[in-house]
Amino acid sequence: MNPAPRGVTLRGVEKRFGAVTAVAAADLEVRPGELLALVGPSGCGKSTLLRLIAGLEEPSGGEILIGERTVNDVAPGDRNVAMVFQSYALYPHMTVAGNLGFGLRVRGTDRAEIEKRVERTAGILGLDDLLSRRPGQLSGGQQQRVALGRAMVRDPGVFLFDEPLSNLDAGLRLRTRDEIADLHRRLGTTMIFVTHDQTEALSLGQRVAVMDRGRILQVGTPDTIYREPANLFVAAFVGSPPINRLRLSREDDGSLLGGPFRFAPDRALDAATLAVRPEDLAIAPLLPRPDITPAGRQPDFAATVLRIEALGSEQRVHVDGPADATWIVRAQPSLGANPGDRVHVSVAWERSHLFGPDGGRVGSAPRPIQILRDI
Amino acid sequence: MRSGTRAVRTLPALRAAVLPGTCLVMAAPFLWMAATSLMGQLEVFSSRGVLPAAPLWSNYPEALTAQPFGRYFLNSLIFAVAVVAGQIVTATTAGYAFARIDFPGRQKVFMLFLATMMVPVVIVLIPRFLLIDALGWIDTYQGLISTELVSVWGIFLMRQYFRTLPRELEDAARVDGAGPFRVFLSVALPLAKPAVATLALFAFIDAWKNLLWPMLATRSMEMRVVEVGIAAFHSTYEINWPYQMAAGVVAVLPIALLFLFTQRYFVRGIQLEGIRR
Repeated sequence: MNPAPRGVTLRGVEKRFGAVTAVAAADLEVRPGELLALVGPSGCGKSTLLRLIAGLEEPSGGEILIGERTVNDVAPGDRNVAMVFQSYALYPHMTVAGNLGFGLRVRGTDRAEIEKRVERTAGILGLDDLLSRRPGQLSGGQQQRVALGRAMVRDPGVFLFDEPLSNLDAGLRLRTRDEIADLHRRLGTTMIFVTHDQTEALSLGQRVAVMDRGRILQVGTPDTIYREPANLFVAAFVGSPPINRLRLSREDDGSLLGGPFRFAPDRALDAATLAVRPEDLAIAPLLPRPDITPAGRQPDFAATVLRIEALGSEQRVHVDGPADATWIVRAQPSLGANPGDRVHVSVAWERSHLFGPDGGRVGSAPRPIQILRDI
Repeated sequence: MRSGTRAVRTLPALRAAVLPGTCLVMAAPFLWMAATSLMGQLEVFSSRGVLPAAPLWSNYPEALTAQPFGRYFLNSLIFAVAVVAGQIVTATTAGYAFARIDFPGRQKVFMLFLATMMVPVVIVLIPRFLLIDALGWIDTYQGLISTELVSVWGIFLMRQYFRTLPRELEDAARVDGAGPFRVFLSVALPLAKPAVATLALFAFIDAWKNLLWPMLATRSMEMRVVEVGIAAFHSTYEINWPYQMAAGVVAVLPIALLFLFTQRYFVRGIQLEGIRR
């Protein structure tokens, strides 16, 4: 039923609109059958990149391959790709059946075959009863399915999704996300999924590509992206609540100083940023006996609780972190802290990150050589 | 808040005061035409009132048989329908090109098109006449119709409308495998139906009430359109006003009926444009 999935390869692909560079020298390898999530803030060029792959934009430079074939000069309809748009872009003057079958009609597929495929697709997506309706008579979720169906009906080698969930309400978005993952499992087709929502990207993508300002900053599994962010942007963009940060500046002796911490980095750095995920911090009430410490760790700094987000399964404790930064700590709901309490915070240094002055990751931050207690 | 409710209250009152008056001003010439069409030839000048003393219904058959009006109506219909068909083809294709196809100099060419709207129709009458004369098309349908097939106003209308269509629809069609012409034909054009209807309506009316061009482009009675036929009462009968008005009433009827059923497209046309030549 399905043709072999095709990989997508970008080699130095560029797109400029006048003086604006929307995509800068993008290299990307999407493996056949893979679901790759392309994530970044709005305006980062991710949709443009998708449109370049679809053939809706012409690259200003570089090479785009679908399977083994260079498709730079191939019309969108001949690229063996299908696309689901953010607005769904259903043809309002055609019925659901008409929308599903349009791509096949354009290709001159014979009527019986079109009918068969439309019915099959409608069956998979539960659209059987809606075939004679117009898009205007459908709910948002139903329209979404028709858009999916229109992509599926042609059995394309590559599916392109341009933020297809952003117009759905929260509940429906979660459900549709699962359905897309399920669809991917069933069809085994290559899928590229563009989103600005990092949670969506991490939960859906087998691999995730993070983009910012026209550049692909990192490509990796969700776990790699989360645990080993290649640079400060990726670290800050991925993860909710966001990663905690502390600016460090270089002292005369070559050490790095920020807040109460003094580090001796492996290599000389003019400045750096320390970043720690909220779950890599542990919190405990400030006890009179300093040998009893959170999670058996040495307390790294004392702080005051500013605010608590009680989310049921966990608590997010906002504390006045080192220096002037507000840090967020992920804690068990059983932690009996209240705003205003003094607490001990300890850092899992081996899981922390140190980013150099250019934002690139240097490694995990070493344990501080000195912690200034009186700050 | 208060000024808002006051506005809501005063608006209907204002409307009730202004609209009937405006309607009367607009309708008066037509009512006068209808009244005159039922008067005797002398009564037109002697009558004190606006209404005929005794309606002379015989004016109608007499006026309509005084000249071959059947033929005139047929010619008007052929002229108007051909112009409508032609303008739909030229305005939708050109309008779409100006709206969506990126070709060098697009903006400049479009401005040039718009600039021609500033040229009064009368000024191009002679060049048009010379053109169809050079082709030997005087007093033929092709001569009558050909120079009316392109309407810059129509192109402008269609361009504006196509620009309001979501681009993603056309992108979707392209990914679905449609080439530019198929995208135009299967997606853009069906969605532009309201604008096409407006264009057709205005084109039809413009052609139907066109007097100057058909008068120049045709000579024989066989090629005459209704408007020219009505004007001909001036010479043939030394201005027989009741006959002319009777023919006028009959000529206006199709337009009035058309308007009755298609009002919303008129309104839409004015909304789309904000202007009308």
